[in-house]
Amino acid sequence: MAWTREQMAARAARQIEDGFYVNLGIGIPTLVANALPEGMDVSFQSENGMLGIGPFPYEGEEDPDLINAGKQTITEIDSTSYFSSADAFAMIRGGHMDLSILGSMQVSETGDIANWTVPGKIVKGMGGAMDLVAGARKVIVLMEHVERSGAPKLLKACTLPLTGTKVVDMVITDLAVFEFEKRGGPLRLIELAPDVTLDEVKAKTEAAFEVALEKADA
Amino acid sequence: MREKVWADAKSALDGVLKDGMVIMAGGFGLCGIPEHLITAIKNSGVKDLTFISNNCGVDDFGLGILLANGQVKKMISSYVGENKLFERLYLDGKLELELNPQGTLAERIRAGGAGIGGFYTKTGVGTVVAEGKPTREFDGHTYVLETGLTADLSIIKAWKGDREGNLIYRKTARNFNPMMATAGRLVVAEVEELVDTGALDPDHIHTPGLYVDRLIVGDHFEKRIEKVITRPREGATEGAR
Repeated sequence: MAWTREQMAARAARQIEDGFYVNLGIGIPTLVANALPEGMDVSFQSENGMLGIGPFPYEGEEDPDLINAGKQTITEIDSTSYFSSADAFAMIRGGHMDLSILGSMQVSETGDIANWTVPGKIVKGMGGAMDLVAGARKVIVLMEHVERSGAPKLLKACTLPLTGTKVVDMVITDLAVFEFEKRGGPLRLIELAPDVTLDEVKAKTEAAFEVALEKADA
Repeated sequence: MREKVWADAKSALDGVLKDGMVIMAGGFGLCGIPEHLITAIKNSGVKDLTFISNNCGVDDFGLGILLANGQVKKMISSYVGENKLFERLYLDGKLELELNPQGTLAERIRAGGAGIGGFYTKTGVGTVVAEGKPTREFDGHTYVLETGLTADLSIIKAWKGDREGNLIYRKTARNFNPMMATAGRLVVAEVEELVDTGALDPDHIHTPGLYVDRLIVGDHFEKRIEKVITRPREGATEGAR
């Protein structure tokens, strides 16, 4: 059975170590914060200019001066600090963020990522995605294994405009977990979701990958 | 004595605004935007403007009102996805757009204000962002050259200011405002509260007054929130993004 979005987030949360500074992208990555075990000392950064993100506010206590990078209302915690967006990206580009977890439309077998635009469709912009993949010490992609059409998203080469090249360290989909031995490849399958077969993953993956399945986790 | 405090947004921009000028506008989304100065620009009718701003507001608030009023020729931004009108104007070829990675945009403004002509960054290497730009290797990694940005005018928003123009921002409303305060040839700030010079703790000032040419106090800030997300009162420990 494929993993749910919550289970994918929980799997990603297992990659977070005590003491990590983490930036979470919009979409499924947002769920990772809720999946962390109690008692872990992890700080989340928001690239508009905040470190130490607290929970959503109680109704009536929203502060328009306090939003995350997804423009949602949030709160501060005891360890919170605020800074400019230039400082926020100095943290990111300077390699001070331990981990960036973000969604994607495509990932290639060499660790290229395309997650910011589809030509001819809506114009949105890359926001901080290019800086995050270029600067974070570790980059984990959380995405559905295939598109709604069934087309694979793990490809030999990305067909959409790139966000970064040779930057992805790990890909967690609803079917499986892959890691790159080092930046740029090779790609290795290390884990299958419960009752998902290797054949199914092979059929739904265009990228070449090695199989290095660890003992299945319960 | 330097008199930096002006009566209102209209008077502070009187004689400043010209067709075709380049304006930096602070804010991230609708957070920390100079709402009164934007309204004054709308009322002035000045057109063919180029805005350097991370976003372009929403359809009826923030820079979106200038788009709707046909005053914007070009945006230099990182994310414009919250604005339907933007999309339509862009697809119709009525609006130019230069997209920058958010960190590159922030650093280009910082650099422009600090007298740095350009800098090398790993961000965007191998993507459309780097097309046509020189690259260089440092320690085995490829970096792309990005240039500093300046503007004819910067309009920014702070929480508190004094008569010298010293500014303090509040929470995530700081965002792009401090860098833009350094990179405009004329800098106009709007604040929520004006205090006497000496009332702010010098150790807490984010933007020293030398960067700020003119200051106004906004009479009423709408401070619209784009996405109100709350949690239930009882027993919840939901984490936020």
